[in-house]
Amino acid sequence: MLRLSMKVALVACASLAATGFAVAQTKTVKIAFIDPQSGLMAPVGTNILRSYQLVADIANRENWAKGIKFEVVPFDNKLSPQESLNALKAAIDQDIKFMVQGNGSSVALALSDAVTKHNERNPGKEVLFMNYAAVDPDLTNSKCSFWHFRFDANSDMKMEALTSFMAEKKDIKKVYLLNQDYAFGHQVRRAAKEYLARKRPDIQIVGDELHPLAKITDFSQYVAKIKAAGTDTVITGNWGSDLALLIKAAKDAGLSANFYTYYAGTTGVPTAMGASGIDRVRFVGYWNLNNDKIGSTGEKIYKEFKEKYKDDWYTMATYSVIKSLSEAFNKSKSTEPIKVAFALEGLKFASVNGEVEMRNTDHQLQQVLHVASWQKVDGKQVRFDQENTGLGWRTEKVLDSFVAAQPTSCNMQRPARPD
Amino acid sequence: MTDASLSYRPINLGRWVIWGGTALLFLLLPVFFTQGFARTLLAQMGIMIIFALSYNMLLGQSGMLSFGHAVYSGLGAYFAIHTLNLIGAGQLVFPVSLVPLVGGVFGMSFGVLFGYPTTQKSGTPFAMITLGIGELVFACSLMFPGFFGGEGGISGNRTVGGNFLGIKGLNFGRDIHVYYLIAFWCFLSMVAMFAWTHTPLGRIANAVRDNPERVEFIGYNTQRVRWLVLILSSFFAGLAGGLSAINFEIVTAENVSAIRSGGVLLAAFIGGMLFFFGPIVGAVVFSFFAIALSDFTKAWQLYLGAFFVLLVMYAPGGLSSLLLMNLRVMSLGKMKRLRDPYLGVALSGLTLLIGVVLLIELTYHLTLEAGGASTIKVFGFPLATHSVETWAFVVALVLGGAVAFEYARRRFKRAWDAIQVEIEDWARENPERS
Amino acid sequence: MTPELALISALNGISYGLLLFMLASGLTLIFSMMGVLNFAHASFYMLGAYLGYQISKWVGFWPALVLAPIATGLFGAVVERFGLRRVHKWGHVPELLFTFGLSFIIVELVQVIWGRPPVPNELPPGLQGSLFTIYTTTFPISRGFIMLVAVLMMAALWLVLTRTRIGLVIQAALTHPEQVEALGHNVRRVFMLVFGGGSALAGLAGVIGGVVFVTEPSMAAVAGAIIFVVIVVGGMGSLAGAFIASLLIGIIQTFGLALDYSIQSIVGNVGIHVTPDTFGYAVWKLTIAQVAPVLPFLLLVLILIVRPRGLMGTREG
Repeated sequence: MLRLSMKVALVACASLAATGFAVAQTKTVKIAFIDPQSGLMAPVGTNILRSYQLVADIANRENWAKGIKFEVVPFDNKLSPQESLNALKAAIDQDIKFMVQGNGSSVALALSDAVTKHNERNPGKEVLFMNYAAVDPDLTNSKCSFWHFRFDANSDMKMEALTSFMAEKKDIKKVYLLNQDYAFGHQVRRAAKEYLARKRPDIQIVGDELHPLAKITDFSQYVAKIKAAGTDTVITGNWGSDLALLIKAAKDAGLSANFYTYYAGTTGVPTAMGASGIDRVRFVGYWNLNNDKIGSTGEKIYKEFKEKYKDDWYTMATYSVIKSLSEAFNKSKSTEPIKVAFALEGLKFASVNGEVEMRNTDHQLQQVLHVASWQKVDGKQVRFDQENTGLGWRTEKVLDSFVAAQPTSCNMQRPARPD
Repeated sequence: MTDASLSYRPINLGRWVIWGGTALLFLLLPVFFTQGFARTLLAQMGIMIIFALSYNMLLGQSGMLSFGHAVYSGLGAYFAIHTLNLIGAGQLVFPVSLVPLVGGVFGMSFGVLFGYPTTQKSGTPFAMITLGIGELVFACSLMFPGFFGGEGGISGNRTVGGNFLGIKGLNFGRDIHVYYLIAFWCFLSMVAMFAWTHTPLGRIANAVRDNPERVEFIGYNTQRVRWLVLILSSFFAGLAGGLSAINFEIVTAENVSAIRSGGVLLAAFIGGMLFFFGPIVGAVVFSFFAIALSDFTKAWQLYLGAFFVLLVMYAPGGLSSLLLMNLRVMSLGKMKRLRDPYLGVALSGLTLLIGVVLLIELTYHLTLEAGGASTIKVFGFPLATHSVETWAFVVALVLGGAVAFEYARRRFKRAWDAIQVEIEDWARENPERS
Repeated sequence: MTPELALISALNGISYGLLLFMLASGLTLIFSMMGVLNFAHASFYMLGAYLGYQISKWVGFWPALVLAPIATGLFGAVVERFGLRRVHKWGHVPELLFTFGLSFIIVELVQVIWGRPPVPNELPPGLQGSLFTIYTTTFPISRGFIMLVAVLMMAALWLVLTRTRIGLVIQAALTHPEQVEALGHNVRRVFMLVFGGGSALAGLAGVIGGVVFVTEPSMAAVAGAIIFVVIVVGGMGSLAGAFIASLLIGIIQTFGLALDYSIQSIVGNVGIHVTPDTFGYAVWKLTIAQVAPVLPFLLLVLILIVRPRGLMGTREG
């Protein structure tokens, strides 16, 4: 169906030219969205796809990239690395040069590797990989690549921010680590243990558990174990259904521990938490709508998204991705991936959460981080709720980008700079 | 007497023509299909052909229905990709083009290991134990991340072997190199598996399928036969897995999943398990559904499932049996009588098919893309998904097509049955010609 | 392992096992009748969950609890009458393949009608909240409800099979269909009834499972693998065996998750130190909790090798 639409588009363009319409040259740049649109993680994938589509619409409307229109083309990777590689091939065959993906570091690692190999073997036909949410630190350290750009703070940065926040809370004594059993989950538990040992060696880690990714529908046993260990605080990198169902099970079993998460602001979790999460659940992320000034860019986009899709816009990275691409197109006066990549390196631009920079050395975006807690909407500090629960996020601490910035071991191979 | 004795063995010209033609086809396909996507499709078809043929050694030729065949191909793939990584790390000197053999050898060793307990029984218990082992291996694959790589799987780089035979630039980086590698192994495997069917083991395997008790009576150990067949089959499955590792450069738990096992079952069955070339046809059709069609429509799994069920219900011999039945009618000169009924069935069937496809696509669009565009394009024609006229048109198409198809089908069945009766009579009178 | 954890694990395990039994009982009956494993059974479970969701949107959960299984049963009967019956004459393998293909189609149809993401199938107000509290953990009403329905269903099934005329005919037809037909009963209709009834039981399990857990398209695949284990371990054709096996699997899986002991830790207590350099370290360091997902399948393979009849089976198939 997609190729047919391209054919129709080509025919339409040709006929326009033939009738001699004096239309300014607009070029369409397609972006392949490779993320799950089926299975347990589908709600997250669908929400983010729509986020991209809306931001692309706004970019087209406001002409961010001069003479260039964005179009988002979805591919369902079913959260599988192999499927993602098939999707990559299909996208490349459709002449799409920009891939975005974020749900699942295992997929991101496979994609980054595949993109690098493809670019090496097919000079002149390179593609770029814009990673908007896969936060395994390896992607900008040991496995960094010139063709990969990360727009979310990586998990070490987030853990640094989170543990700084936790270090000041003296009532945290017993911490339970529960994570998904894959690259990202492993990184979270490693970083948690390391950073806590550094900042609060008195905290006891009473449990360290890994569970299969996106497969569990019944977390009651895990909650029972958390209880049995006498936990007062849970640190988890879980996202999507894994977090929503965990919190639901915790609520059902009457677990009174506090949750420090990365992704409590994502689809499904607010509904699962409800009022039982008030003052108990926190998340670390790069943006909180309630912290914005009234009438901010973020608020405008949020309202437009809410009206169109009756859902919450929280993946602010979608803005960063399209904005940075637009700026890079304008700066390099080209949409060729290799030129765009050189333009993106070191690029400083204004995103919804402030001034951000795509660090040259490792292609990791440097931005602020918030730690926010779940509270009732009070019209002042918490103006917007999530998922119509009447509850929203209140920022408790904002960390400047240099606070959470991490050193990098990245030593990427750069291609020759094109003229 | 003199040493020179006359020996006369007629050249089986038909065999040379068919196999030669196949080899030529493999060589020339990339000339006609130059798009990258088409070439990767061909490469994956090649892998699937080997896999499906190996599966049919079990199903069609020995009567063993296995639900866990992906175990052998998947484990072969894992060993192949580790070999590739060892080559890349300089710890092993081994040509990349022979890495599929590594997959085959390890697949075979697991065939020896798992084959022994599984082939004790046949029939439903065999099917179930293969399912159990399949699930077991799949669950284990996430428990040993050191070997299986966890969620991310194991990645490799197929260009690590340097240049093939020293030819500059031929390092398997490009799709066309991989296609020819796969085509080579595919052709070799096809020849080997075909030759196997003519060996004593192959013949006895057929006998075990048809009448195991009698085979025991004439002195063969059916369990031993089944085990040996499984071992050979797992070799080729491992070979296919090794090629898959080279093609995708990544092996994940999916390679040993029940979905892969189900897929090869579908492929073999769709093609037809009674003839050697059946799984080849089935692999091509299945790959088309799974890889090509999925680009055009989200409903491809529904189409595949429906196609499969219809075949089970109406043509359990698969597509190859349909083909051969028609060839037989043609060879006896009776095809002319079927021309009109075929036309009727084809036209009404096509109408019904288009109507059903439109219905499915419209429904899919409404439920899966709510909030998206309000027109979709099917076969290049735009359709307004929310207008009553579109739905009325589609429903009318389906109903009309269904009625016409039923009428045409009955007419066809009458003509076909009459011809079949004639053929039976003719066969009875001419046993040496049929 | 505190007493609290042990008790809660036991309750979780038993409620999960009883849900499995609701699914497995229908499958056992169908297997006894057909001699072939019905791959589509787990899809009927999923169908029941979705139908329950849809019907409860229209008329509420409690009517849906009755209507959805009936609808699933009708669907099953139709499948038997128009699909399975035709394939039956080709033999066992095509029957198996037919149910296999059918499971594919049902999953796709469900996705067409209700979409790919999970549907918001919530617990009705009557089932929310906690039933009682053990130490500090609350045991939810929904789980208790699963146990109640499963027990009621068992009782009803037993009553129907042993105390009613149709039950006697079914029992006879399961083992001696030709003789029952010779006696004048419509055995074909009995088979359709059994298939429909089994599907209805799966649908009932689905309605409840759908609200307690997540209603989404892959629930069939997950359930299918486990009930297959239950059937084979319990013994094909034996309801009592299926009951014991369901509880066994439920408890193994639940308790397994709670145990963090590994071979390394156990032998460590006796003074043997296993280090990363030890050969086979990858196996020794696995905890029971990590192995828990594999345990049912390990049991399955062992049973198939050692005792193919299953624990209480009467036929090998």
